[in-house]
Amino acid sequence: MRILVGVMTDLVSNPVQPDPAPRIALARDRAGRVTVAIGGAWQLDADLPDLDGIDAELSAEPGPTAVAFETSDLVAWDSGLASYLASLAWRCRERGIAVQEDGLPEGIQALLHLASAVPERRAESRDEHADPFLRRFGLDFIDLARSTGEILAFVGEVTLALRSILGGRARFRRSELWLLIEEVGADALPIISLVSFLVGLILGYIGDQQLAQFGARIFVADLVGLAIVIQMGALITAIVLAGRTGAAFAAQLGTMQVNEEIDALRTLGISPVEFLVLPRLIALVAMTPLLAIYANLMGIMGGAFAGTVVGGLSMAEYFTETVAAIRWNHIVQGLISATVFGAIVAVSGCLRGMQSGRSAAAVGEATTSAVVTSIVFIVIASALLTIVFDAIGLS
Amino acid sequence: MSIQVKEIHKQFGEFVALDQVSLDFPTGALTALLGPSGCGKTTLLRVIAGLETADSGRVILEGEDASDTHVRQRRVGFVFQHYALFRHMTVLENVAFGLRVKPRRERSDDAEIRRRVHRLLDLVQLDALAERFPSQLSGGQRQRVALARALAVEPRVLLLDEPFGALDAQVRKELRRWLRRLHDELQVTSIFVTHDQEEALEVADRVVLMNRGRVEQVDTPTEVYERPATPFVYGFLGAVNVFHGRIEGPHLRVGEATLPHEQTQVIHGAEAVAFSRPHELRIVTDPDTPHGVAAVVERVLTFGADVRVELDSLPGAAVRGEPAHYEVVMPRAQVDALALTRGQLVRLVPSQIRVFPSQAA
Repeated sequence: MRILVGVMTDLVSNPVQPDPAPRIALARDRAGRVTVAIGGAWQLDADLPDLDGIDAELSAEPGPTAVAFETSDLVAWDSGLASYLASLAWRCRERGIAVQEDGLPEGIQALLHLASAVPERRAESRDEHADPFLRRFGLDFIDLARSTGEILAFVGEVTLALRSILGGRARFRRSELWLLIEEVGADALPIISLVSFLVGLILGYIGDQQLAQFGARIFVADLVGLAIVIQMGALITAIVLAGRTGAAFAAQLGTMQVNEEIDALRTLGISPVEFLVLPRLIALVAMTPLLAIYANLMGIMGGAFAGTVVGGLSMAEYFTETVAAIRWNHIVQGLISATVFGAIVAVSGCLRGMQSGRSAAAVGEATTSAVVTSIVFIVIASALLTIVFDAIGLS
Repeated sequence: MSIQVKEIHKQFGEFVALDQVSLDFPTGALTALLGPSGCGKTTLLRVIAGLETADSGRVILEGEDASDTHVRQRRVGFVFQHYALFRHMTVLENVAFGLRVKPRRERSDDAEIRRRVHRLLDLVQLDALAERFPSQLSGGQRQRVALARALAVEPRVLLLDEPFGALDAQVRKELRRWLRRLHDELQVTSIFVTHDQEEALEVADRVVLMNRGRVEQVDTPTEVYERPATPFVYGFLGAVNVFHGRIEGPHLRVGEATLPHEQTQVIHGAEAVAFSRPHELRIVTDPDTPHGVAAVVERVLTFGADVRVELDSLPGAAVRGEPAHYEVVMPRAQVDALALTRGQLVRLVPSQIRVFPSQAA
């Protein structure tokens, strides 16, 4: 450390005289070997010589047999020289001319080896067949219209199935529903605990930093409590469930589609929507609000951790403030959101699973698509719900 | 129960899967839908089951138009190529499933269901494995469970989609015989889809040959094999030798050889193809014989009771750019008498040929 500081003070106290400009000189011996003499300071910000002169020499008849380097005049170098030499070496290779690197500093040699080990990436394959913008826009729009239609039809089918469950006529296995409830609810607790605790902690920490400037540290409790209860708890739960449960639903139903199990159900006279989709929807709609309540608690604990450890508040202060800030309508908002999100995740997951094609690859696409659909609709629903809550005076 | 389909048309995008197909499936018969993959046979089966809706046309079950009815009203038993058993249920639960999920007023009590399931499992010879899960069974056993499950709901029709497609040759053979026996016992109208001509000819009462969404021929196995209606059927059913040539009155000229034929519907001078089965060709070793198509012996396969001789056309006589291959099957004693050697020049004299105008090929 001390040595480094010494060197730095040296550099500062003895400003080096301006670096000599980078230069090259070419010489060809009788054996046809071109020696490139490199001198001066080769740095990126300096005005580096171009390769044209060397190009001319390399293409001159008769062609050179080899290229060697001479660097006794080289004062300083960085990657500017390295890239220059790399393109020179590349040109030589194109023409079949041997490059004798032993005249170069060792560091440069290592860099050149590294550069030649990884071939230059070709970008042309990426957007070679790009459609014009209007065409893409049109195709996307047709896709969107079609998928909206499919989603609406599916929601309609699910609604009809729901009606038959209210009439006590829907057919699915009770035992399967309980298994699903466990899979969807209890099994999701660890990841929801972790994510919501950390989100609460982050909110608390950032809030504390800002509020401390006004001497209003106590309001961290309000900030974290309201943010979590109104929005974040439900949102965290929904997004975790979209990734965890929605994808799993799509994979389960997609696999059943591949195995023709869904067709088998149909031929046995069972509606797959009643038998497979309904229990999943019920399980998620029942479990999401409960998980959201749990996420709320964990988030508040995370905030409390930040508020007490970083902000120096006492536990009692923090919780009194939180309880005072949160009113019943905030909780109701969060729970309504959570219920809606749960339905969205279940419907998207099942929809994409039922739509899955009959190959293993299609199942993979179905799971991805389920997560994307869920999250898009969760965000849209979240915005709409905020407006609705505002309109009906719940907020 | 009888099944009729009338002018069924089904398209997937640009691809025409079924092109105005009309068929009659008589009551109690076991019919095979036979054709190469992509010929529309599975689609037709799914349309009959109600798993797929046709773009136009009607499905008539027992004289009633069922085109717009739901799968569950059609009461069909469907057996899938990959069994489609419910993996989280035991064999017993799988077979009982269709009975247990019926609406309460149609459902039999639990003891009755059990009795019926065990009877079915007896029928498919799997009663001992009732408590196993599908993953613990072999392919052939799984397919029998699938069949029992399809039969449990007492279907009016049994539809089988390549039921033995995923099984190995030995098991297939056994299951074929078994399916035939089962059908004789139950007499339920059955349609099964297959791309294996041997399977179709061996098991079915009637064979429907399909190609590119169209029906090529409907007949008994013997008839379709003996009297194929179109060149496609000829080529699809069993090994066949093809001769390309031109009609010259009562003869078909193939290269420098002429073959007599009895076809009356071909025009003099028209391009034609002739088909002949391996056992309908005779090998003549005397090179001076005026009749028959010249060929070179390529290989003599001497296993089994019959010997198969593979031959190539003469290098000069290549038709449409590629040399023709011929196959002759004859009893071992005859081949021994001929003493064929590889590369020997012989003539092939058909005892029977069937001629079709060329454009139909």
